[in-house]
Amino acid sequence: MFTQANETKLDEIITHYPVKRSAVLPALYIAQEEHGYVTDDDVRYIAQRLDMRVNEVEEVVTFYTMYSRKPVGKYKLQVCRTLSCALLGAEKIAEHIEHKLHIGMGETTIDGKFTLTEVECLGYCDLAPCLQVNFDYHEKVTTDGVDKLIEGLK
Amino acid sequence: MTKVLTSRFHLKGQACDIDVYKQTGGYQALPKALKEFKPDQVIDEVKKSVLRGRGGAGFPTGMKWSFVPKESKRPKYVVCNADESEPGTGKDRDLMRYDPHQMIEGMIIAGYALGSNASYIYIRGEYWFIKEILEKAIAQAYAQGYLGKNILGSGFDHDMYVHPGAGAYICGEETALLESLEGKRGHPRLKPPFPAVVGLYGGPTVVNNVETLAVVPHIILNGGEWYKALGTEKSGGTKLFTVSGHVNNPGNFEVPMGYPLMSLINNECGGISGGRKLKAVIPGGSSVPILTAEECEKVNMDYESVAAAGSMLGSGGVIVMDETADIFESTMNLTHFYKHESCGWCTPCREGTRWLYKVFQRMKRYEGRSGDVELLYDLADKILGKSFCALGDAAAMPVQSAIKKFREDFDRRIKHNLIQIAKAAD
Repeated sequence: MFTQANETKLDEIITHYPVKRSAVLPALYIAQEEHGYVTDDDVRYIAQRLDMRVNEVEEVVTFYTMYSRKPVGKYKLQVCRTLSCALLGAEKIAEHIEHKLHIGMGETTIDGKFTLTEVECLGYCDLAPCLQVNFDYHEKVTTDGVDKLIEGLK
Repeated sequence: MTKVLTSRFHLKGQACDIDVYKQTGGYQALPKALKEFKPDQVIDEVKKSVLRGRGGAGFPTGMKWSFVPKESKRPKYVVCNADESEPGTGKDRDLMRYDPHQMIEGMIIAGYALGSNASYIYIRGEYWFIKEILEKAIAQAYAQGYLGKNILGSGFDHDMYVHPGAGAYICGEETALLESLEGKRGHPRLKPPFPAVVGLYGGPTVVNNVETLAVVPHIILNGGEWYKALGTEKSGGTKLFTVSGHVNNPGNFEVPMGYPLMSLINNECGGISGGRKLKAVIPGGSSVPILTAEECEKVNMDYESVAAAGSMLGSGGVIVMDETADIFESTMNLTHFYKHESCGWCTPCREGTRWLYKVFQRMKRYEGRSGDVELLYDLADKILGKSFCALGDAAAMPVQSAIKKFREDFDRRIKHNLIQIAKAAD
């Protein structure tokens, strides 16, 4: 079950499509917004809600990189690693965050606040290097900028 | 230079408001199309413009539209491919965040031309803030009667929805996109049948890129001939290029088709960073063959000229690399991308990209074995043309072209060669 507001939102989204199943990606975003990640209960609930089998939802969740099936930090720091960002120092940004937060790629800080991941092209090539924190884009990032940004995240 | 698609970019997003869009010439093409054009005439006008798909494949848009059967038992759909994820490309991002109505108006006109009453914008999930911009714009369009039932009293109905992807490059491939929109894994479909005949929910479907659809209102307003005349004989109109990498002023630039690549780099982008020397350019997004500095001198940015130079115009993502770049490293970076984004459906691509990356990894440690460069080339050959969709080709072509043109950057990674070099130095 989602919150009443999100249930209403999902009901509305379902009306966009001739088949309920099409709403699976939006529904998974709702689940993730509510629980921080996609839980086992979410998978079962979405399957029931959209007339899908549990394994059909599971195979969708695991295909798309923007969903997580395990808990992640409050802030997902996603450093773009693809060519345009790499040419302008993405690796340095990633290493800087690793040292600052004492975590490696794919890891979460002990307090559960930050998860660091490396992601593929975010579409900000002309504004490289680029970092996405949850859904917020940060362009032309520098190591100093990253320090300020992280300290500002409460 | 005529700015067609970027004329509202200087407003920095104010044109997201429908009233600003209308004050600057917006929503004039749609009433004109509904009043003065029969659906077929819209398609003819688009054909005259020689507009070619701006997502990467460059397929003539008018022809794609004409493949949609007139009579269909199943509903027809217009789908906007806003899953922009080709490395090096960020043009659709600005087209949508600075001027969403331009594309929406183009989609409604496309819907009218094809007899479709519903359209979807499939946008990459990372562009969540743009999804919200589009949803607001669509709500405004409904409120002013440009969407919904009986649009502007014409009797034509059209609904529009925004659908978020969730981080899969393969969903930019049009049939994988349709699978994803139907709530499945993004695996490409076998073609034929092409989406124009059997597409979304089994209905005839046209999938067009953001930039392609954004051009449509201008073609209706000014005529196909006018648009064509902006570019070259076979590549009509203007094109947005995202220039990234080692240039002083990276960004999105709209120039006429046929504009010289070096002018784009030197004028629009203020030249190479730090006054260094140009080494290589990937002219059309990461999937296309690389060009050497000498080759760049002669290239004009239109489909034919870039093809004549042995590469492709692709999505218009221009990645510039100066003399400090190591083409082995840049090619390895892209191979990682394709390995990560391979959907896993077919063996040549799934296994081939992983194998390529494995060889790259040992070469990166300067532990390449004799014959590894040939092995890379051969592996790429075993993927090229043998994969289920074009992702395999996109992974293979950059590897082969980089080896052909920048062999020394690869040879340096072979252990045996290093020993020879050390011996020679003694």
